[in-house]
Amino acid sequence: MNAALSQTLIAAEEVSKEFLIPQGMWRRLTGQPRLAVHALNGVSFQINRGETLGIVGESGCGKSTLARCLVRLFDCDDGRVRFEGQDIADLKGADRRAFNRRVQMIFQDPYSSLNPRMRVREILGEALSVHKMRPRAQIPARIAELLDLVRLPSDAADKFPHEFSGGQRQRIGIARALAVEPDVLVADELVSALDVSVQAQVVNLLLQLQEKLHLTVVFVAHDLRLVRHISHRVAVMYLGKIVEIGPTEGLFSSPRHPYTKALLDAAPELDPTKRNRTVAARGELPSPINLPTGCLFNTRCPRAFDRCFVERPLLSDRTPAHRAACHLTDFGAPSLQNLEAIS
Amino acid sequence: MIPALEVRNLTTGFKTANGWVTAVKDVGFDVMPGEVVGLVGESGSGKSVTLHSILRLVHAPGIIEGSVKWQGRDLLTMSERELRKVRGGEIAMIFQEPMTALNPVLPVGIQIEENLSAHTALDGRQRAARARELMDLVGIPEAARRLKDYPHQFSGGMRQRVMIAIALASGPKLLLADEPTTALDVTIQDQILKLILDLRDELQMGVVLVTHDLGVVAATCDRMAVMYAGRIVETGTVVNVFAEPHHAYTRGLLGSVPRGGAGRTMLLSIEGTPPGLASIPPGCSFNPRCTFATDICRKETPMLAEFAPGRLVACHHHREVAAAGSPVA
Repeated sequence: MNAALSQTLIAAEEVSKEFLIPQGMWRRLTGQPRLAVHALNGVSFQINRGETLGIVGESGCGKSTLARCLVRLFDCDDGRVRFEGQDIADLKGADRRAFNRRVQMIFQDPYSSLNPRMRVREILGEALSVHKMRPRAQIPARIAELLDLVRLPSDAADKFPHEFSGGQRQRIGIARALAVEPDVLVADELVSALDVSVQAQVVNLLLQLQEKLHLTVVFVAHDLRLVRHISHRVAVMYLGKIVEIGPTEGLFSSPRHPYTKALLDAAPELDPTKRNRTVAARGELPSPINLPTGCLFNTRCPRAFDRCFVERPLLSDRTPAHRAACHLTDFGAPSLQNLEAIS
Repeated sequence: MIPALEVRNLTTGFKTANGWVTAVKDVGFDVMPGEVVGLVGESGSGKSVTLHSILRLVHAPGIIEGSVKWQGRDLLTMSERELRKVRGGEIAMIFQEPMTALNPVLPVGIQIEENLSAHTALDGRQRAARARELMDLVGIPEAARRLKDYPHQFSGGMRQRVMIAIALASGPKLLLADEPTTALDVTIQDQILKLILDLRDELQMGVVLVTHDLGVVAATCDRMAVMYAGRIVETGTVVNVFAEPHHAYTRGLLGSVPRGGAGRTMLLSIEGTPPGLASIPPGCSFNPRCTFATDICRKETPMLAEFAPGRLVACHHHREVAAAGSPVA
């Protein structure tokens, strides 16, 4: 038990989150129920110390909401997030501050996540002094160290965010997160606003820093190639649920959920000789206000059968490392490819 | 075969508060009928300005020079009146963000019919019928009912389909697509790209596809041109360029995209950032970021030259780059 506790750093247990939609006068007067966007519908997983968990999905799947629940920018409506076994909603005072320091978030948009009126020195210094990381006299030296860590020139400290390119700004965002010596980095679409060649620089930097500082990383992104490259394990989300979770290579080479398979087929291969003209997934994401009954993917699934419209599949426990929430693969069938060979 | 579109020495500049800025410099390429040509580059490389310049969609104080021959006629010198028949007629264009390109206060049916009345001789009843056919053609379910819907009632993918329906209304021979799937999710991107390819086959339409995504190029284009700092640095068939890149920038771009099977290794990144248009370095504009650069690269701008049939590159050391191998082969 103790060994398991120290292995698992963060555990999400049936996390649910909904956002109420502003209601018009008519609906209020006629007493109709308030509509809600169901952003997260019971998400459970664990993150082990030192690993990178990739969370992938299309827009509206709830991946950013989940990231925000993990760092407690949002409180979950239902379920809980545990950090070292403690429910983060119960943390108070010094414990809460310690949690805030140890779990850091890096945001997607390098243009709006840095205060345009603060110099880099002030941006990094604020993080250092709020958490009392260093005595005042040592702060300038620490700032220089941080800039060096993310490979920015030392004269960057006196500049304003607008003087940097997008990639450099993301480095400032990383430096700010690292300033407080966290255990966990939650990176929400860290490089999606950047050009391809700059993306690669930031990805390389993240990999090196993780190694050096023994960080646990939650890497939220929509880019499958990137998630595959960075993550030890991957969770695929669809309509606020994890539909498949498992070790990266296993999940990519033998997906067990039809949505994962569609997502992989839809992502264009970097090989012009391997072209495929069939459409990977027809239809579009159903409304997160009125969720489909049964399996959430049944409106688009090419292989849905009766049971899928009645019963929502759970993440199967059959193989603890690689799990999928699909009735088709629930019967011990090893992967979808094999299923296709049978049918 | 005769090219449908011939672009030669296309140069587009803008006057700004900080002086003259050249966004596109000496760009030239051909598009054959029914061919998909990809213009690839990062932000600020001039790929979108190139596309806009083809149809003279560059506003003052922008100036376009060079020639754009469309079926023998030069689009850059013809009168505005003549150009209007070509623009949106024989050559159609679709844009990245369909919500801003569509009129938010008109039902989509009327927006499709607008193009029909501008470029075809159909009467009102025929136009309505044709609009419905077009909505069917681009795969919008319940086309007849949705003609009366406004753009905000459509999802992003469906809006892009509406834009394609409008573009196809005139029966174009060439489609200019400016990052048509960048704002879309990957499963929807897949649907739209395959729709464009199906329409190309059906209508024998040439396509110029501007994108920053090499995966999209690999999946859809026949030939590609890589742009950097306003110039084309390499062209060739997609298969050829991926198998043997001759420009260090192309090679770096290919290496920057993560591939399966090499998890958690360092990517072959390109150091530095693309130059601003006002501060393009002398010589080869890529030289400060290039690992192959020597003295000549800092002094002399390499010209785009053919080194094998259909393969052009602008690099002093392209043999060395090719010998270094392709990161995706």
